[in-house]
Amino acid sequence: MITSMAPPFTYAVAIFAPLVGALIAGLLGRVTGDRVAQSVSIGCMVVAAICGSLAFFPLANDAAEPGVLLLGTWFDVGRFHVTWALRYDTLSAAMVAMVTFVSTLIHIYSVGYMGHDPYRKCRFFSYLSLFSFSMLMLVTSDNLLQLFFGWEGVGLCSYLLIGYWYDRPSACAAAIKAFLVNRVADIAFAVGVALVFVKFGSIEFNVIFPAIAAHQGDLYHLFGTDFRAFEVIGLLLAIGAFGKSAQIGLHVWLPDAMEGPTPVSALIHAATMVTAGVFLMARMSPLMEFAPFALSVVAFIGATTALFAATIGCVQNDIKRVIAYSTCSQLGYMFAAAGVGAYQASVFHLITHAFFKALLFLCAGSVIHAMSDEQDMRKMGGLARLIPMTCALMWIGNLALAGIPPLAGSYSKDAIISATWAAHSGVGTYAFVCTVAAAFLTAFYSWRLLFMTFHGKSRADHHVLGHVHESPAVMIGPLVVLSVGAIFAGMLLDRWFIGEGREEFWRGAIFTRPGNDIIEHLEQVPHWVELLPLVMGIAGIALALWFYILSPTIPARLASMFGGVYRFLLNKWYFDELYNTIFVQPLIRLSRVLWQVGDMKIIDGMPNGIAAFAGGGSRQTVKLQTGSLAAYAFSMLIGVVALVSVFLIFR
Amino acid sequence: MLNVGLGHYLTVSALLLVLGIFGIFLNRKNVIVILMSVELVLLAVNLNFVAFSSVLNDLAGQVMAMFVLTVAAAEAAIGLAIVVIYFRNRGSIEVEDVTLMKG
Repeated sequence: MITSMAPPFTYAVAIFAPLVGALIAGLLGRVTGDRVAQSVSIGCMVVAAICGSLAFFPLANDAAEPGVLLLGTWFDVGRFHVTWALRYDTLSAAMVAMVTFVSTLIHIYSVGYMGHDPYRKCRFFSYLSLFSFSMLMLVTSDNLLQLFFGWEGVGLCSYLLIGYWYDRPSACAAAIKAFLVNRVADIAFAVGVALVFVKFGSIEFNVIFPAIAAHQGDLYHLFGTDFRAFEVIGLLLAIGAFGKSAQIGLHVWLPDAMEGPTPVSALIHAATMVTAGVFLMARMSPLMEFAPFALSVVAFIGATTALFAATIGCVQNDIKRVIAYSTCSQLGYMFAAAGVGAYQASVFHLITHAFFKALLFLCAGSVIHAMSDEQDMRKMGGLARLIPMTCALMWIGNLALAGIPPLAGSYSKDAIISATWAAHSGVGTYAFVCTVAAAFLTAFYSWRLLFMTFHGKSRADHHVLGHVHESPAVMIGPLVVLSVGAIFAGMLLDRWFIGEGREEFWRGAIFTRPGNDIIEHLEQVPHWVELLPLVMGIAGIALALWFYILSPTIPARLASMFGGVYRFLLNKWYFDELYNTIFVQPLIRLSRVLWQVGDMKIIDGMPNGIAAFAGGGSRQTVKLQTGSLAAYAFSMLIGVVALVSVFLIFR
Repeated sequence: MLNVGLGHYLTVSALLLVLGIFGIFLNRKNVIVILMSVELVLLAVNLNFVAFSSVLNDLAGQVMAMFVLTVAAAEAAIGLAIVVIYFRNRGSIEVEDVTLMKG
């Protein structure tokens, strides 16, 4: 089960260097000062990125064997054994390389972006590094519990970083919202893990995966119906993934998470953490492959999210929110791909998306930085002349996102759309329609963002415009590196992830059921299917050009003509209001009842009542003490008389 | 001539006891009166002891009366000392003022 060849030492260094950086910056930051803490955490991340790449490429080039690096025992209780271990296979190593690389660039970018921030920077960098470590623990785990550890770790860091500006009430509210919504999904995930343990007697991947075939027919008898065990487990794990990856229904926290500093949005809420759900689907592919119903739910939810988030993205005015909904939509693509069995395409999109979405967010950060913290696109425009470098980089990011060849997005996105076509199933067709429509909308909102921000006439007031300046080199540098990734990642990785080289590349890290040859069919889809995303993308760009450059009055006229639809989209399909009515308000009412009746009247009432009884009783008893000698003497006499009488009567 | 027997002694003794008791709690003024009343009660007891001792020809009763006299003397001394100290502190020994123990 474990190959004899241990993973390279660099692999462990890549994972633990961020932890060292986080601990030094977090615990000693006050002693050493911000500059040292920053340098240490960045230094550790650079080491991690180098080691991460060194560990990944031998595996991709067939120069190293997959394996597991055991670190120690975590739990050893009865039949329940859990170890700390680093799994070294293509999926994990690719994620490690991507996470360390993107995270390092964002650490460097943050030096510039957070330069004027009034708070201690050591806290920010410590959180960022701790997040990177948690994410690495998540992707390298060899069992579901360590995965859950990383899962919760990234959730915690996300909470801490969304609420980084803790004196803003909106940031605190967003942090709590993100945490709570994720907990809802985590319950399902935790139950899923528990069911896996009950079914297989272990949660180690090396034990579960070979045993899956033997348990195929197992049923759960519940509510008078039989459910296939794998469907139930798969669905529970998928719900956990939906929460972390902000799929429709559980997506409400992601747009609000933009309250955090922009580098956080780029790292956590675009490039890495939110893709954990997609990673989970790929990691659990041996199980998901035997849960066809759960898979079709994944595909359905993913496709719906892709379209739904794209429609909202088209009308939002906050530059970060547009990109946030875009992230939501792209995650939907990944789930749609996983749902039709094309995990490779899904992970491929995950990697390319990390590059161009981090690029987009950091560019948005650069714009916000230039505009003195203005995020509303209606107050921008015409910035291309003032910040040409940022503008050019954002164009690259958007071209990649819209899937214009030969940039990264076109390879992975086309693969996903082809995969949904090639699935030849009902839900596959639905996903195909949704993703194609979303491709059109993606291009539209991307160029709407570009045109509103960089082109046309400026709508900013001249005070702000006077201060607009290109970002410093420490911010532009990482952007340039990311843009290189956004241009070439698709071209370079295509052969490995979904091309001819995929068998040697994956080497079983992703399991596909015999008969699931969807990846092979990617090349055999009709020509028009291959061409469709590009056509849609160009059409979207053309529409945005028409609406926002050629005749800028059209959007306002459309908005007033279809007021209902516009408001529906602007208010994000009223999800927040719906949840507020269904969950939040009844909960507040219930809490108030429990507080005022349950707590104050019953729980506080009992000890308070006993205390009041004792107090009242003693106040009455105390009156017996008159202090008069005569009365004492008289009562003594009465006592003696009574005693003597009793003695005489009952002698 | 009237023959003085045990009954007469006991009657006198009972009268003394009742006088003493009433002296204790009908008295509202003076602590010294209470002390004197206590002496009366003890005297009544002594009279009982001596009378029964004589009738029953048992000297133990008279020995006991001696003890009671000793204790009564000591008690009077201590009681008067307390009263003196109390007067020094409070400037009054009226029974109704002595209510420090009131709850």
